[in-house]
Amino acid sequence: MDANPNAATAVSSAAMADAMLPRRFHVARKRNETADTLTFDLAPADTSDGFSFAPGQFNMLYLFGLGEVPISISGDAEQTDRLVHTVRLVGSVTDGFADLKRGDTIGVRGPYGAGWPMDECNGGDVLVIAGGLGLAPLRPAMYHLFNHRDHYRRVSILYGARSPADIVYHDEIQRWRQQLDINVEVTVDHADLRWHGNVGVITPLVAKAEFDPANTTALVCGPGIMMRFVAATLERRGLASDRIYVSLERNMRCAIAHCGHCQLGPHFVCKDGPVLSHDRVRDILQIAQV
Amino acid sequence: MPATNDASTKAGLLRRADLQSLIDALQRNDYRVIGPTVRDATVVYDEIAMVDEMPIGRGDNQDGGHYRLTDRADDAVFGYTNGVQSWRRYLFQPRRTLWRAKREARDFVVEPETEPAPKQAFIGVRACELHAIEIQDKVFVDGTYTDPDYQSRRATAFLVAVNCGSAGGTCFCSSTDTGPRSESGFDLSLTEFLDGADHAFLVEVGSERGAEIAADLPLEAATGADRQRARAITEETAASMGRTMPVDGLKDRLQQSLEHPRWQQVADRCLACSNCTMVCPTCFCSTTEDYTDITGQTAERQQRWDSCFALDHSYLHGGSVRTSTAARYRQWMTHKLAGWIDQFDVSGCVGCGRCITWCPVGIDITEEAAAFSGDGVE
Repeated sequence: MDANPNAATAVSSAAMADAMLPRRFHVARKRNETADTLTFDLAPADTSDGFSFAPGQFNMLYLFGLGEVPISISGDAEQTDRLVHTVRLVGSVTDGFADLKRGDTIGVRGPYGAGWPMDECNGGDVLVIAGGLGLAPLRPAMYHLFNHRDHYRRVSILYGARSPADIVYHDEIQRWRQQLDINVEVTVDHADLRWHGNVGVITPLVAKAEFDPANTTALVCGPGIMMRFVAATLERRGLASDRIYVSLERNMRCAIAHCGHCQLGPHFVCKDGPVLSHDRVRDILQIAQV
Repeated sequence: MPATNDASTKAGLLRRADLQSLIDALQRNDYRVIGPTVRDATVVYDEIAMVDEMPIGRGDNQDGGHYRLTDRADDAVFGYTNGVQSWRRYLFQPRRTLWRAKREARDFVVEPETEPAPKQAFIGVRACELHAIEIQDKVFVDGTYTDPDYQSRRATAFLVAVNCGSAGGTCFCSSTDTGPRSESGFDLSLTEFLDGADHAFLVEVGSERGAEIAADLPLEAATGADRQRARAITEETAASMGRTMPVDGLKDRLQQSLEHPRWQQVADRCLACSNCTMVCPTCFCSTTEDYTDITGQTAERQQRWDSCFALDHSYLHGGSVRTSTAARYRQWMTHKLAGWIDQFDVSGCVGCGRCITWCPVGIDITEEAAAFSGDGVE
């Protein structure tokens, strides 16, 4: 046990107190993605320092008097003057985001957790596979891939949404698609009359994606069942389980591995995750209510 | 925090009649002295000023879902075994304010809670409880992030250990290797010698801070025979444990048995009341709660103990992950006895037996663990 009181007090008390203390950010911009999903650009209120993070990390966002929720970061990690979050209104705290206006203040703690393995992606094919709002934590990875396109071989984005109306980052996906050296495939579970693209679950897109199984990293985020089937499809195609990365979601109160809520087997999703290689969680995710 | 060094070789005898001098010395050094006292028909840890407030001559009878204070035939000061509380509440507070926020037009300001941590001395810390404190250090101090309130309480806490002269009916620290004798981690340790007129305590020093307080006590020289006698007492206690935890290979067996029918069998009895997690000295789960005043101008964020037996512990948008009692019991027990070892290199169970005693239906974690041993595992 590390019971050295000097080591303990060497950490400045101010720095320690900061872990549960939100920093203030102002809403600089607010956009509607879909009927129930909003994207916010945030600017720090108390400092001119930028906000540094790694793709795949998340923040705890606090709305005055309402509470705090873990939300992944959705902006470009190389643009540190703006913090970007996409929030779906699904509960008592997130519903409060609908009322935020430009200039309003929210609290931010973070960034937390382990992000996408961008270094490991170097020199190989990269598959970005997203279901629903799972595209939000993958967007910083996409920016990284674009910013350093020459580090990678084939880059594919496979995205599934419930319906055409539920597609987030719509205009941006169209821009990505215009890029000749990126493969973008979109599918929807339920089409409407104006949709002439892919219809159905995402696994058929995974089954026919072009990649070299010996030299590919897959970054996957979406509903639990989607990630399970995507990972199984990738493994059938020869991709090793430890080259498949998934971003997981659990209840989080502290995000600093103190509160115990986010545990998944031996993992603290807030600290060991949210991005974990699939081989570390494959077995435990097969267990119901784990 | 205490460290093991050659100070631990120092020892002396404190006569029972002089025990008050320990409380007095701690108070002179500005400690808020917390020790055992009887309240609500159990031994609790609370602020004490006099030895007379301690459970003198009291013992207890413990079993699954059963706790009764008894009258001993002697005047032992530490003749009881673990009561309902552990020391956890004095280091990791059951409820505290993290910060307050004040609305200013469309803006708000956050004000950190600045209440200073008290300087506390704990009298009567059992070996299992010392281990529990060291285990919580790993959660709140030794990780990437530190809990400042816990850390400052822990750094100033003066620990007076008591080596157990008897084992409770639900004790099993022998099998978890966490007692009944405290070898390190204390400032002072006491072993009670009950010999009528020769009623005394062997005082052993575990830290420099402990040596300073010991210098303030009317100690008589201790002999090698005294030390041997102290060891013999805890050896006898070790041999009389009420329960045994089958620790060998337990971690793997549990982690390979997540779909074992035993989880449903124990869930048929478990009330998911969370008593076991509230009395456990190592459980560290907490949640946060937000409060606003009626005008909506001030908000407060509080942290309070939580339990993995609560339905909303695993709540995600759309519902909770662990809706069944079986899943929640499995989470508690596999975390305590298995996942904890992955996370902190130590089991989360110190063999104090509280979860057995204070379970309203008498579920016994040693019995449940044994159910996964040998033939029981599929």
